Formats: sequence, C-alpha cells, structure tokens
Amino acid sequence: MQTWIDLFHLAWPFLLKGAGYTLAFALAAMVLGLALGFVVALLRVAQVPVLAQVATFYVSAMRGTPLLVQIFVIYYGLPSVGIEFSPATAGVLALTLNVAAYLSESMRGAIAGVSRDQWHAGYSLGLTWWQTMRHVVAPQALRLAVPSLSNSLISLIKDTSLVSVITVTELMLATKEVIAQTFQPLPLYLAAAALYWAMSAAFEWVQRQVEARLEWRR
Amino acid sequence: MSIEVRQINKRFGDFVALDDINLDIQTGELLALLGPSGCGKTTLLRIIAGLETPDRGSILFHGEDATDTHVRERQVGFVFQHYALFRHMTVFENVAFGLRVRPKHTRPTDAAIKQKVHTLLELVQLDWLADRYPAQLSGGQRQRIALARALAVEPRVLLLDEPFGALDTKVRKELRRWLRRLHDEMHITSVFVTHDQEEALEVADRVVVMNKGRIEQTGTPEQVYDQPATPFVYQFLGDVNLFHSRVHEGWAEVGGTRFAAPEAGDKAVIYVRPHEIDIQRIATDKALAGVITHVRLLGATVRLEVNVAAGDPVEVELTRERYTEGRWSVGEAVWLSPREARVYAG
Repeated sequence: MQTWIDLFHLAWPFLLKGAGYTLAFALAAMVLGLALGFVVALLRVAQVPVLAQVATFYVSAMRGTPLLVQIFVIYYGLPSVGIEFSPATAGVLALTLNVAAYLSESMRGAIAGVSRDQWHAGYSLGLTWWQTMRHVVAPQALRLAVPSLSNSLISLIKDTSLVSVITVTELMLATKEVIAQTFQPLPLYLAAAALYWAMSAAFEWVQRQVEARLEWRR
Repeated sequence: MSIEVRQINKRFGDFVALDDINLDIQTGELLALLGPSGCGKTTLLRIIAGLETPDRGSILFHGEDATDTHVRERQVGFVFQHYALFRHMTVFENVAFGLRVRPKHTRPTDAAIKQKVHTLLELVQLDWLADRYPAQLSGGQRQRIALARALAVEPRVLLLDEPFGALDTKVRKELRRWLRRLHDEMHITSVFVTHDQEEALEVADRVVVMNKGRIEQTGTPEQVYDQPATPFVYQFLGDVNLFHSRVHEGWAEVGGTRFAAPEAGDKAVIYVRPHEIDIQRIATDKALAGVITHVRLLGATVRLEVNVAAGDPVEVELTRERYTEGRWSVGEAVWLSPREARVYAG
C-alpha cells in the first residue's frame, strides 16, 4: 500500500499535466466540432447544391474509417504532399473532423425531428428560412439533440487517447512514460482510467445542467 | 381582401387531390371548406396559403396573382390543427415573435409590441396566461393563442386548418361560437377547413362542400342544407334514409307516397331525413309497414330503427315529447310515411 501511495505521489504531476492536455484537446475539438457539425448539418438540411453532396461524402468517409487511420493520414500522410502540422494541431484537426461528422448526424436528425408545422408557422409569420431555423427550429432541435450530442462528446474525451500515437503527451502517453520509469503498469493505468472517468462524469454533470436549462416547462 | 381561386389542379402521384377548382372568396366573409377526409379541402387551404404549390391554375389576392409568392410574403395568418405553437417560448413571446423578428425599419418599438400583444391576449381572453409556456395550457387555450399569434402580424387573410379538430366536443362548441363573434368584430377575410357539418353550418357565412377533389356546392348554410345540389351534399349534411323506386309517369314513390321525379331515367333514389318521417300505428295503403328493432335515446331526440320488408332499416327521429306520448317500443308493428323527400335520378 505504502509503495502505491509513494508511486502516486511521484506520478501525480505527470498524470495531471497529461489530463490537462487531454481536456484541452477534448474542449478544442468539441467547440470546433460543434461549429463544423452545425455547418455540415445545415448544408444537408438546406440541400445546398454540390456542398450538400460534399457534406454527405465527408460524413460517410469520417464515420466509415477508424480515427487512428485518420490521425495517421493527417500527421504522417499529408507531409508527403507538402502539408505539415505540429502534433498538437494534427491531433485537434483529426479529432474535430471526426467528431463533427457524428455531431452533424445528431443535429440533422434532431432538425428533421422538429415538425414541418413549426417551419410553416415561422414562414406564415413572415420569417425567412434562416430566421425560422435560428429562432424556431434550432432551439427545439438542440433540446432533442442533447442526449445524442453528449454521447459523441463523451466518446471524444476518450478518443483523445489515440493522439498519443503522434507523440502528444496527453494523459495516455504521460501514463506510459511514467510506467517506463517505474515499471508499475497496473496502478498507473488504473489511475489513468479513473481520470478519464472523472472527466467523463464531469461532462455528464454538465449535460444534465444543459438539459435542465433547455427543458421547456410541462 | 378578396381571394380568387382559378382552375387549381393538384395531384399527389396518381391521386387527384384537386380537380379544376374555381372559387371566389369575398372580402370580409367567413367561408368554410367542408368535406370528408381526403376530399382536398386541406390541400386547397394550403395552396391558398402558399404552403403547397398547385400543378396548374392560379390564386389571386385582391385581383393580383399570388401563385408564385412565397408564404412569408402572402401575409396570411395560418392556424394549424395541432396549434404549432413555439414551445420554447412563453405565450407572450409566441404572440410577439412575428413582430420581433421584423427588420428594424418596419419593427414596432418594444412598448408598441408589448401593448399590441396584450391587446390581442385580451381579445382571446387569455391575458392572464402571458408568462406560461404552451405545454402548460389546455388545447382550447393553445388554439386561441395560436390565433392571437396569427393575428399579431396583421394578416390580410386568416386561414384555419381544422382549428377545433383536436378538441373535445364541449370546447369545440364554445370555440366556434367565439370564432364567429371574433370574426364579426374583426371582419378579416377568413377560410376554415372542417369535416364537421354542424360546425360549418353554424359558423360560416358561406359553405363550400367538397368531395373527391371537386366542389359539389357553394352556398349559404341555408342554401346547402335546404337545397342540396347533389345527393352527396344531401347525405353529407345530415343523416339520411335511402329508398329506391321505379319512375312512373314522372313520379317516384315510397310506400304509397308519391314524389315528383327528375326527367332522366326510369329509376330514382329518394332521400328522406330521419325527422321528416311520420310514424303511426294505423295501417294505411300510403304507408310503409315495418317493425321497430331499436330505440336510441340521444338527449333531446330519440331515434327509432325500423325494419321494413324491402331495403335497409329506416331511421326515424322523434322529439323526446312525441316519443314519450307515443310510448313506442321495440317489436311493435308501425307504418311510416315520409313528409318530405328529395328525389335524384338513380
């Protein structure tokens, strides 16, 4: 027991720093992914010619290939055509592109879940397509989408562990580095798992707050 | 504002929803589109609103072609069967919304919006609910808010799609009387869709009876009820008994009672409303013999079902008093004679 306490005492700063990176990656990809996902969903809902097809292709490609492959393509593949990213940028970019595809599908489904009458009610009051989307449909769709968006965002927190393969010292790689010095895989991997769990649980709490705020009174 | 419907056609795949519809709606009138489900009444309303595009034909608002005008520019107020209130907004916000989103130069001031919304909420008698959310209201309250919301943007025309269709009978009756009073105050050209003949006859200035994508008859409630143009209208506007007869020298007959028949054909169908039949216990050669098989008490009236030798059972409607006086009971032999009838070539 004493050895474990000493071990955590030693490993704590490294793991916490790694967790900080993990959180930063997750938050960056979350914000960018929500924005990109919304644009992609809009293009498909509005059936913008050409762009809607591009969006459909993008979603299919992102959902149909492993995130690990996407990270490799962006970090190791693209330099051969002259596009180079730092490991951190490549990581955020891959996570964003990946999560945006899933988020856009959740949003598209939620937008379609808002009744046609709501659109028509907006139009008959003199609203444009965009005004109706922004003030009438999107707020109601958001409420419908929150559970499924949260699913993707919690997955995202865990998916950040994959960027450890491109030398980003987030929680997973930080843990591995401490293990390489201490040769104590079990307690350290369990500690890492606990940290991932804690972050996901914190996010679940945020989700509940958001749901409570969006809840329309019954 | 007047509305003209010119040669409107609409198909959904092979289904003909509207077949060459022509209709003039006068400024300030309250018109009912009445018919069974699938007759095209809602499609016609949605085409007038601009929520649906016709395959052919045109819609004129005040003499101007509006066929290609988008809904938001038609200035129509639309009331939906299932209210379509914005459930993430309070009642006040719902009604204010159409004014709030206007571009700056046409938007009233906040104070003016506030006053307007409260005036409208008072008009629909729900000012005390301004801060509630739609989910906290009853169906009848929601529909009145939906109406206030539609009126807030000062539409040129008010269109209502089965406005009371989702409400229970008592609330329906209250609301339709209220709608009539409201219309008498506002005089805005209004069209409402219904499948309830009582509602159409009670509320509307004029009734358009539709069937299978066509207009069967247009007229005042009295006209369509008292002088139905087609057998369909007669049947749709109330319960009816059907008798088949051969035509002899221009006369058709039920039992022994003769009615003038139309020229065409040697067969006729005779329509008699249940309350237009006399019932007695004495046999005459001019009456139809039968036996009472059911007695149904419907509040103020009573329906007797009478089996006759030929054809379907006949329904006879009596007032409660006449039923009590006569002491009619199941199993009795009776003789029926129609007082009034309408005869169509069959």
